Amino acid sequence: MSGDLTASLERESSRLRFPAHAIAGLAGTSFKPQHLQAILAGPKAPGFFEVHAENYMGAGGSPHRALEAIRRDYPLSLHGVCMSIGAPQPLDTAHLARFADLVRRYEPALVSEHLAWSTHERVNFNDLLPLPYTGATLATVCDNIDEVQEAIGRALLLENPSTYVLFRESTMRETEFIRAIARRTGCGLLLDINNVFVSATNHGFSPLEYLSEFPLGLVGEIHLAGHAEQSDDEGGALLIDSHDRPVANAVWSLFEGVVARAGPIPTLIEWDSEIPEWPRLEAEAAAAQKILDHAGTVGRRSHAA
Amino acid sequence: MRPDRSVNARGVAGAAYAAALSAALLEPDRETPLLVSGPAGKAAAKRYNVYRNNVTVSLIDALAAAYPAVQRITGVDFFRAMARFHIRETPPTSPLLFEYGRDFPAFIERYEYAQGMPWLADAARIERAWLDAYHAADAPALSVADLASVSPERLADLVFTPHPATRLVRSRYAAVTIFAANREPAPVEDIDASQAEDALITRPEFDVVVRRLAPGEAEFLSVLMAGRPLGGAAAAALGAHPDFDIGMGLTTLIESGACASAQLGESS
Repeated sequence: MSGDLTASLERESSRLRFPAHAIAGLAGTSFKPQHLQAILAGPKAPGFFEVHAENYMGAGGSPHRALEAIRRDYPLSLHGVCMSIGAPQPLDTAHLARFADLVRRYEPALVSEHLAWSTHERVNFNDLLPLPYTGATLATVCDNIDEVQEAIGRALLLENPSTYVLFRESTMRETEFIRAIARRTGCGLLLDINNVFVSATNHGFSPLEYLSEFPLGLVGEIHLAGHAEQSDDEGGALLIDSHDRPVANAVWSLFEGVVARAGPIPTLIEWDSEIPEWPRLEAEAAAAQKILDHAGTVGRRSHAA
Repeated sequence: MRPDRSVNARGVAGAAYAAALSAALLEPDRETPLLVSGPAGKAAAKRYNVYRNNVTVSLIDALAAAYPAVQRITGVDFFRAMARFHIRETPPTSPLLFEYGRDFPAFIERYEYAQGMPWLADAARIERAWLDAYHAADAPALSVADLASVSPERLADLVFTPHPATRLVRSRYAAVTIFAANREPAPVEDIDASQAEDALITRPEFDVVVRRLAPGEAEFLSVLMAGRPLGGAAAAALGAHPDFDIGMGLTTLIESGACASAQLGESS
């Protein structure tokens, strides 16, 4: 037997097998390593966990032990933050290969990335930067998503961004742009309702109108998060997608409207900075779960009627 | 002829936005790029600055997370100013944040305002090694039992394969003591920084361990880690430090989990 084959069989046999966990209708939270002990010690919460893919791209060690422990008991959502799908340059193939490896290793229930870019030439700015919405950028984004979906062998959920600036050259509305991407690539969508509210406030459009134009039938996951408020050059409100506090009331209301129309879509409470103790985060997810459960009950009743 | 910057690598027009936005992200004195605006003719200066702030603050936070002892020693304001200079000079080129800051210790060494702390760069090197060990590939560490079958007369021919997490940092200063004292919340007692110290960083299971090595052990381990046999490593250590204790050196080697395996090399 060749050495390569032996090595690959050994890798295969040492690979952990994970049970399939259904994620439909569940609320979840960002997984933070400092919560691991509290999560494992408590009663098993009915929910799912989402991780940033990049934090688990190291070769080994504690991060993988923690993620294995979570994945054994819960549905997992793998959320990439640095694929730079919206950049006008080829994807980083080494990064894409690492991402595909994680998808194979952890078999997540959901896999998502952003409509944004973070890398220009070789520099990684570690932020979700905006792009103009034109025919040219649409073609680039679709090529990049095709390449990602080819590599991971499944559909990606693409997340709508929160933005602070507009591009003079944009020729399409964001919802129109996202619809076109989904149509051309077959990708699903991750609807971040806080991002909708932040962008709507920053750019003076109606979040309800945006949501009415958004193809809810393609949404495989919802994100909810907190935002901070600053002011723009004219003294108007400028909301910052900060993920450092509870979900705002206005965002909860939009969420209720979306699930009333679209049903109980898996929903994540994102909290990435000023991270609270686990019970606080768990309580935010429970609030989302209650709204999802209500929508599920109403949905079943109307089907039965 | 000037290259057409509005054409991207795939040959698609309309690619100028990434270059235009990137150019000013780490340069606070540059004008707001002209291709962005607020809605209905509103200005974009404060709006664009949100991105500038996100980029710089998130990268400073990444360095602070990787170098907590350095930040504790310098204080937060000093650290963040130093980190900001480093980010402008050497922004990340990997999407993996835990890979960022590899050049930070060398930057600290030549940073004008850190010249009064000549041991700071070595403390940073230990923190960098700690993070590399934390993320290194999993592998079982060599145990004493693995060596039981080696006859005493062949011991000198043993060649070791380092564990993927193993790192060695040598310092002319008391970098290990300074590192250890500042990774804990307890108050730091007086440290004689002029004592040279060597650090061995290992991660036999999942917890990273940083050890201060006895005289000669760094020479011994660095020769072994380079793949040369035990006999030569012991000779190198004794050459540098005549009081080097081979038994202690071997104990450190095995107990620390610094090696993944050992093989008998050519007879010497």
